Amino acid sequence: MPATDDLQKAQRFREAALPYLDDVYTLARYLLRDASDAEDAVQECYLRALKHFDSYRGPAMKPWLFAILRNVCNAEYARRAHRPSAIDDTPGAADQTPIWQESEASPETEVLRSRDAGAIRKLIDALAEPFRETFVLREINNLSYREIAEAVGAPVGTVMSRLARARAMLRAAWTAEEEQAR
Amino acid sequence: MTCDEARILLHALLDNELDAGHAREVEAHLAACPDCAAEFAAQREMQRVLADTSLRYTAPASLRSRIEASLPQAQRQQPNRRSVLRGFAMGSAVSAMAATGIVALVLRQDDQQRILSEVVSAHLRSLQAGHLTDVVSTDQHTVKPWFNGKLDVAPPVIDLTAQGFTLVGGRLDYIDARAIGAVVYKRRQHVVNLFVSQTSSTEHRPPKTQTMQGFNCRRWGERGLNFWAVSDIGADELAEFVDKFEAAMKANVEG
Repeated sequence: MPATDDLQKAQRFREAALPYLDDVYTLARYLLRDASDAEDAVQECYLRALKHFDSYRGPAMKPWLFAILRNVCNAEYARRAHRPSAIDDTPGAADQTPIWQESEASPETEVLRSRDAGAIRKLIDALAEPFRETFVLREINNLSYREIAEAVGAPVGTVMSRLARARAMLRAAWTAEEEQAR
Repeated sequence: MTCDEARILLHALLDNELDAGHAREVEAHLAACPDCAAEFAAQREMQRVLADTSLRYTAPASLRSRIEASLPQAQRQQPNRRSVLRGFAMGSAVSAMAATGIVALVLRQDDQQRILSEVVSAHLRSLQAGHLTDVVSTDQHTVKPWFNGKLDVAPPVIDLTAQGFTLVGGRLDYIDARAIGAVVYKRRQHVVNLFVSQTSSTEHRPPKTQTMQGFNCRRWGERGLNFWAVSDIGADELAEFVDKFEAAMKANVEG
């Protein structure tokens, strides 16, 4: 029988971390774009989180879990040797591309049509990293800029510019698809 | 402000992340620049559509149980093992965990004392201004539903006004790092907190009074629930409260 301390720690961990299971799983699905890989990553994330739970000092559990999940996902991408790293923290070419690009379809006059969740998930999945990650953390996991910065280990300014770029790319893809559908 | 800057900052404006000064600057730019204003409107529209769409995933139940199974578990107690402590095992506040059964936490002797002291501390905290009740009502039919969804137990809320203890409301509290329900009564100007938590034991445990820091605490177990009644009223009055509560609860169940 495990020591009482371990049981109490496990119980505290359950109450602190398990309520975020759906959040963590959602992020894993978007980072890995594969249901069974996401499950494995989430399980590994919770194992690591429990191991480091003693050194956890807060403040927010969600960004902490996300930071661990990111590491797990990066390791998973490293394992898939033939694929590029999931999340590249060094500013790449995409970071330096100006955000503002004149769209040919004069999208400012268009109203986006509602799409079903599946279609929007596909558009999000098609975003390149690190933009997809930033977008999901903000728009789907509802983290503040500061929490995102904490989870991904980047300055708030970087988070802000990645998010702007992610949204610009998503809207461009969205309107392009609607153009095609017409 | 240049358009390039505005195209980044308008998102921070959209997300309410800007301080008042920067927000004003961005708004001034949007007012003067139709292109950026159109982009802002389009992005706001996209955000609205995204918010209306369920883009989250739900973790499969099998994943949840795999993670549960990988955590250190308390061994299931033998049913015939006589353990006074077992009754104090408190259920988890997270109902999702009910799927894998209630993990009975066996407490050591000194933990009993620690929980008593936590109960008394919770009582003291509740006496500070504004901490007494989360839901204020003398109507049991208002207080009882308020607990729904907040706990994995439904604390019995019984109006004892006729018996001299006025129901004043309910509150969530934390004992032993778990959320538990507190039903609040008043006897004249004295507050009685009735803490209710789940237990794995369904056997009846007779009430027992202990005193700590000048407060009387009477605890008992009934129908899978642990009760602690704490107050500064005298031990005899507290016993009267518990008797009346138990009688009313019995009448409720049988009636």
